[in-house]
Amino acid sequence: MGANGSGASCAPSRAKGVNVSILGTRVVRTEDPALLTVGGTYVDDVQVPELIGAARVTFVRSPVAHAILGDIDVSAALAAPGAIAVLTAREMDDLPPPPPDDGGGGSEGAPVPMGGPWSEPLLAADRVRYVGEPVAIVLTEDSYQGVDAAEQVIVDYQPLPTVLGPGAVDAETLLFPRTSSNVAVTAGAPADGSAFDGCDVVVRRTIENQRLAPVPMEGRAVAAYWADGKLTVWVSTQNAQISRFILAGALGLDPAAIRVITPDVGGGFGAKVGLDRDAIVVAWAARRTGRPVRWAETRSENLVGMTHGRAQQQEITIGGTRDGRVLAYRVDIVQDTGAYPRMSGFLPGLTSLMAVGPYAIPQVQTAFRVLVTNTTPISAYRGAGRPEATAAIERAMDLFAAEIGMDPAEVRRRNLLPPDAFPHTTPGGAVYDSGDYAAALDKVLAAAGYGGLRDEQARRRRRGDPVQLGIGLASYVEITAADAAAGETARLVVHADGTATAYTGSSAHGQGHHTAWAMLVQAELGIPMDQVTVVHGDTDIIPEGVGTYASRSLQLGGVAVHKAALSVKEQARQVAADLIEASEADMELDTDTGAWQVRGDPATSRTWADVASHAGPEGLVAAAQYAEGQPTFPFGTHLAVVEVDTETGKVQHLRHVTADDAGSVLNPLLAEGQRHGGIAQGVAQALVEEFVYDADGNPLTSTLTDYAAITAAELPSFELVTSETPTDVNPLGAKGIGEAGTIGAVPAVQNAVIDALSHLGVRHINMPATPARVWAAISEARDSR
Amino acid sequence: VKLTVTVNGSPVPADVADRTLLVHFIREVAGLTATNVGCDTSSCGACTVLLDGQSVKSCTLLAAQADGREVVTAEGLAGPQGELHPVQAAFRAEHGLQCGFCTPGMVMAAVSLLAENPSPTEEEVRVGLEGNLCRCTGYHNIVRAILAASKETASKEQAG
Repeated sequence: MGANGSGASCAPSRAKGVNVSILGTRVVRTEDPALLTVGGTYVDDVQVPELIGAARVTFVRSPVAHAILGDIDVSAALAAPGAIAVLTAREMDDLPPPPPDDGGGGSEGAPVPMGGPWSEPLLAADRVRYVGEPVAIVLTEDSYQGVDAAEQVIVDYQPLPTVLGPGAVDAETLLFPRTSSNVAVTAGAPADGSAFDGCDVVVRRTIENQRLAPVPMEGRAVAAYWADGKLTVWVSTQNAQISRFILAGALGLDPAAIRVITPDVGGGFGAKVGLDRDAIVVAWAARRTGRPVRWAETRSENLVGMTHGRAQQQEITIGGTRDGRVLAYRVDIVQDTGAYPRMSGFLPGLTSLMAVGPYAIPQVQTAFRVLVTNTTPISAYRGAGRPEATAAIERAMDLFAAEIGMDPAEVRRRNLLPPDAFPHTTPGGAVYDSGDYAAALDKVLAAAGYGGLRDEQARRRRRGDPVQLGIGLASYVEITAADAAAGETARLVVHADGTATAYTGSSAHGQGHHTAWAMLVQAELGIPMDQVTVVHGDTDIIPEGVGTYASRSLQLGGVAVHKAALSVKEQARQVAADLIEASEADMELDTDTGAWQVRGDPATSRTWADVASHAGPEGLVAAAQYAEGQPTFPFGTHLAVVEVDTETGKVQHLRHVTADDAGSVLNPLLAEGQRHGGIAQGVAQALVEEFVYDADGNPLTSTLTDYAAITAAELPSFELVTSETPTDVNPLGAKGIGEAGTIGAVPAVQNAVIDALSHLGVRHINMPATPARVWAAISEARDSR
Repeated sequence: VKLTVTVNGSPVPADVADRTLLVHFIREVAGLTATNVGCDTSSCGACTVLLDGQSVKSCTLLAAQADGREVVTAEGLAGPQGELHPVQAAFRAEHGLQCGFCTPGMVMAAVSLLAENPSPTEEEVRVGLEGNLCRCTGYHNIVRAILAASKETASKEQAG
């Protein structure tokens, strides 16, 4: 109790003589007091001697989508008040050449753009390919002067035709003249219609998974300092060590000559995996000019400069029998990757891997093409390829259910993998570790009162109520720690005073790592959480690590901390035995009190301080590197209830009931928080958010007055159902939970909107289901009757 | 322009450029960085502070407009011994924050909301927060925290 000294902890009280683990309990966060009172220390808040007098960096960005870059006249900008320097690609003569083409593999872990003919420059050199592309930077004494001076940089743009959307496939204009096509990657199986031969019913539909902006509340921010051959970079990233690796390659530096520090990070959602070219440019400017520099982007800059997510067009084909068995499924994906293929084929590859979802479908085919277009590059965004897979199969299941006239819940139940199927290898080659998919569906149906909801829907339909009720379902399985083999690091020190410090290669940006890791140490060693300091995100202190993406932190980074704690415990057992002059085999640790003693003899009791100081002035130290043999596969079901006003097209999201099974839960408070946030971002895609360009590639949603980031007023409170099916892939029994909410919520809400109108003949509405789109779908359905 | 703004009870005199926004005055002149800048269109509310007791978006005012007036930021809410304000305590107990970037503004908006409406319904809280964006929590626990703080305050007043 009182693990954080606040009295607000909900940890169970310690019954005498009974070891009650803190794991699985609702512990409030150690991070919060500072965040609530003095605020976090985000990059732009960092005040250190090295950054005194730092110049402010302001980017000059392309205002046109596609153009040959002509002269850049910097003379007026250089004469502007406060101007220190104006830098363009011409000044970048101290950098190594871009990497060769990597062949199109790509990964979420190291979002280094494809090289070779697809190379992405740091600053535009001969051509600009999207609105917002960095062209030059201006260094000034303060940020207001930077905006003024940047406007004085005169750039000559000679416009080229703009390439947008799926039409990029056969557009005459090429974004990259040294290539033969705008298709950067092609993969998958050619269409084989025979897979659908035995089907009574085949439904085909082309659907959009629209482009989204991640919008972390803190945009991108960097500060950099160069002295004595060493570069220090403070950056808002999910991965300090990967950032160092990327910087070293781009700047031609030995990684040992770079220190990356990640202070508090104001949200990432995948868009802060590694770092962007903008960050590299800022770091380079510190070396180039010898001045400390800092940059924090504006929101308008963020909405065009930070990578976007999703942007898939999917052609789905589903076939089966009239009694509800799905026999074959195919998805053909067109991935708009924006102006530069940052992740190559990774995102649609993950969509393909997870295409079949939680179902036992015998025939599954996938194929994709990755297109470059004159838009902001696409990269990871909460779910990164998996929400797209779930959106496709869950829309397909509803289309199939509507076609055969069967309840969507029943169609799902008839096709879900049974609980005895695990481990299960899918047609796409994923090995699902564990699950009870039908149980999650049934729990959600029961919690929502599914039968009663259908009755209410029927009543409204009968009386022709202008406000119709829709019920949407999505059953999903997703992949977490997809790069399980890359693992994560931890180092645990128990100091001579009995306190502990856990160093983690994982990286926090809101998830509560510091609370969770301290809980793991307390659970194993009995050192109270408030005596455990957690350190992350400084490559001088933690040179090896991977960081946070793909819902990997607890199952890799957390297990590494757990392993380090076990290792410290075994060392301590030897030291304690030596201290007490007893046999090692007789030593026991009371994890409630953190006391070592000879078994059954409290008179011999020694504290951690006694033991650690006996070990030497450095205390006890253990390092661990933990990699899993395979990823894990969380699963669940979401049910959304919406009202649709058929006269205006307005959708009101009334209820959202979910079971999200991520194995054993370390701290329900944190896990629920991840689910809540995930659900909201999913609902946002289904109902309100979309990044839009006009026909010339001008962004129409480049401020938060135009981009409809979802608000509290548009959401209900969420109804979370508990479901915990441990995995045996790791010793904590844990799977990832960071992205599940988004993955399940998107199709549940979309399906609910369409379900509300299905009796009118509406079968599909693209996202976001804005009033205009919904109203148009209703009108079209009525007209065709 | 020469001005004096009282920030969290202390007068802060300064001579700043006319166009200096209040949020930059708070962050760079007063040196208080809990108040964040999350957008450039007065949309996100991360910069919310109290000006003479009313919540305002400090990116939407010039520092000069706050001359002679009282500003309270998140740093000014906790008690003298660092004890959390009831709204701060409720945000912690209900896990109403994750990355923390929107939090100071969100807390100030909540304090202002409860001052105007001490016993809001869930609907009133949600509508009242429309000008403050959070990307992490889905608002679920923020709403719970504000409702809990409201009950806490109500029961204390009853007891008093």
